[in-house]
Amino acid sequence: MSSPLDILTLQPPEPAARPAPPFDVRRIRADFPILGQQVQGQPLVYLDNGATAQKPRAVIDALSHYYTDQNANVHRGVHHLSQIATDAYEAARRKVATFINAASDREIIFVRGTTEGINLIAQTFGREQIGEGDEIIITEMEHHSNIVPWWMLCREKGAKLRVIPMNDRGELCLDTYQTLFTSRTKLVSIIHISNVLGTVNPVREIVQIAHAHGVPVHIDGAQAVPHQRVDVRALGCEFYTFSGHKMFAPTGIGVLYGSETYLDTMPPYQGGGSMIQSVDFDNITYGNLPNKFEAGTPNIAGSIGLGAAIDYLNSIDFDGAAKYEANLLEYAHDVLRGVPDLKMLGTAECKVGVLSFTLSDIHPHDVGTILDQAGVAVRAGHHCAQPVMKHYDIPAATRASLSFYNTREDIDALVSGLHTVRKIFG
Amino acid sequence: MSDLRELYQQLILDHNKNPRNFRVLDPADRFAEGYNPLCGDKVEVYLQLHGDRIKDIGFQGSGCAISKASASLMTETIKGKTLGESETYFKDFQAMLTDPSSNLGLDQMGKLFAFFGVRDYPTRIKCATLSWHALRAAMDDVQTPITTER
Ligand SMILES: Cc1ncc(COP(=O)(O)O)c(C=O)c1O
Repeated sequence: MSSPLDILTLQPPEPAARPAPPFDVRRIRADFPILGQQVQGQPLVYLDNGATAQKPRAVIDALSHYYTDQNANVHRGVHHLSQIATDAYEAARRKVATFINAASDREIIFVRGTTEGINLIAQTFGREQIGEGDEIIITEMEHHSNIVPWWMLCREKGAKLRVIPMNDRGELCLDTYQTLFTSRTKLVSIIHISNVLGTVNPVREIVQIAHAHGVPVHIDGAQAVPHQRVDVRALGCEFYTFSGHKMFAPTGIGVLYGSETYLDTMPPYQGGGSMIQSVDFDNITYGNLPNKFEAGTPNIAGSIGLGAAIDYLNSIDFDGAAKYEANLLEYAHDVLRGVPDLKMLGTAECKVGVLSFTLSDIHPHDVGTILDQAGVAVRAGHHCAQPVMKHYDIPAATRASLSFYNTREDIDALVSGLHTVRKIFG
Repeated sequence: MSDLRELYQQLILDHNKNPRNFRVLDPADRFAEGYNPLCGDKVEVYLQLHGDRIKDIGFQGSGCAISKASASLMTETIKGKTLGESETYFKDFQAMLTDPSSNLGLDQMGKLFAFFGVRDYPTRIKCATLSWHALRAAMDDVQTPITTER
């Protein structure tokens, strides 16, 4: 929707790129206020980054600044604050577009998170393009959010899910993948980085194979954006989804990237204000991208917070951070190997800092509770990926997931906690 | 660590390792399933009744030490009791863990008092109560699986 206001909108200049100082974990930790906290009388050791990441001061300040100085609804008012809020909201969209190298900010749809992004694709593209007897390819290592929306669609339409299996190291079997295509394959929807195993899937290759069959691809990037640079055009995918809260931004904001050609032809998701051009009782014209997919008042503060998180990531040596994280992962693998009866689940050649394991037959909830007493926060459970649990024939696992602000001392605290667990369970 | 020793008392660790009445009753007069969808724990409870007395009780399932030991100690406590007495145990157990004003002690609760420490771990209370909810569903002859989340 191009309103007259757009013409008046002054686009703030993008901040000039300053070379980031080399990565230094001590300095980075100082940017995250919560990391100074004590839990159960001990320094917080936060190893649950796969569930949600902590927020840097810059993000917290952006939220506070928005509500203190800028709050108004967007795309609606002619008044001063409304213009400021609209500018800030649209500036955040441009930041996201640049961050993932989208061709245009019209390809960036703000949603609640990865889950809503995937449901949006299923309810619009899916309901229109997928019919009886059609097939959708997913993988054995999907998060439930990339299974259930497709399963529901398949139930509704009489379509089928085909699943790319994985080996015991947690790597996809690409040979099998090739054989899953039929003339009825309508979509490939795959996880970029596994939230349980840490596996970095060869998504570029997976996209190329799909395209050779003329099939579009959605990539669930929830666990990828916090760990590595993502370039949607280099990947070549039609859709890419991720959640702000896992990449140091607030909860309740996420992104659906869709190539303009696809988004343009898709029907709207929800109906309401902002997504229309004109409404009378006989005829409704939908708005243009991205508004067509953003009915109602959006999460303005969240989007601005996401923009601030992107600015933050651009301000640090992100490649240095990724290298630091890779080193930390190697250290973690080494020391965890020394814990008797610990079995690591994901051992893929190419993986990021996600460490899921079992400890003899001790239930992960007991492990999690005991670690918590040592101030160590991990995730215990099925990690919204029950098919992965089934693959390893376990009901649940314990997961430590790293971020670039974690240290070797954090890993040592984890290991020492695991020794306590073993002592208690004798 | 001393707190943890209270949570993971020897009695609980023992029942986790060697759960009592860990079996299917076939035939069973009553049966119910309970799930904790957040963590994937599940439990099945089987009852054989004689009049309004629980003649035999068995359970199956998978879960953490707290949930398994709780189910095991529940079966030990309940076996041979009437439905009414069992209902009272259910309510007392619930109160012991969730009602701060409860002063139920060893006298009333017997071995079940081992779970008193769980009240200090709010994230684990559902682990301890799952099997009791399943028991109650079995007593009430509820046919659909019950869950800890409503
Ligand atoms: C791989 C993956 N996909 C999707 C999701 C869902 O993200 P959200 O809950 O933010 O919608 C998660 C989060 O747990 C995830 O790890």
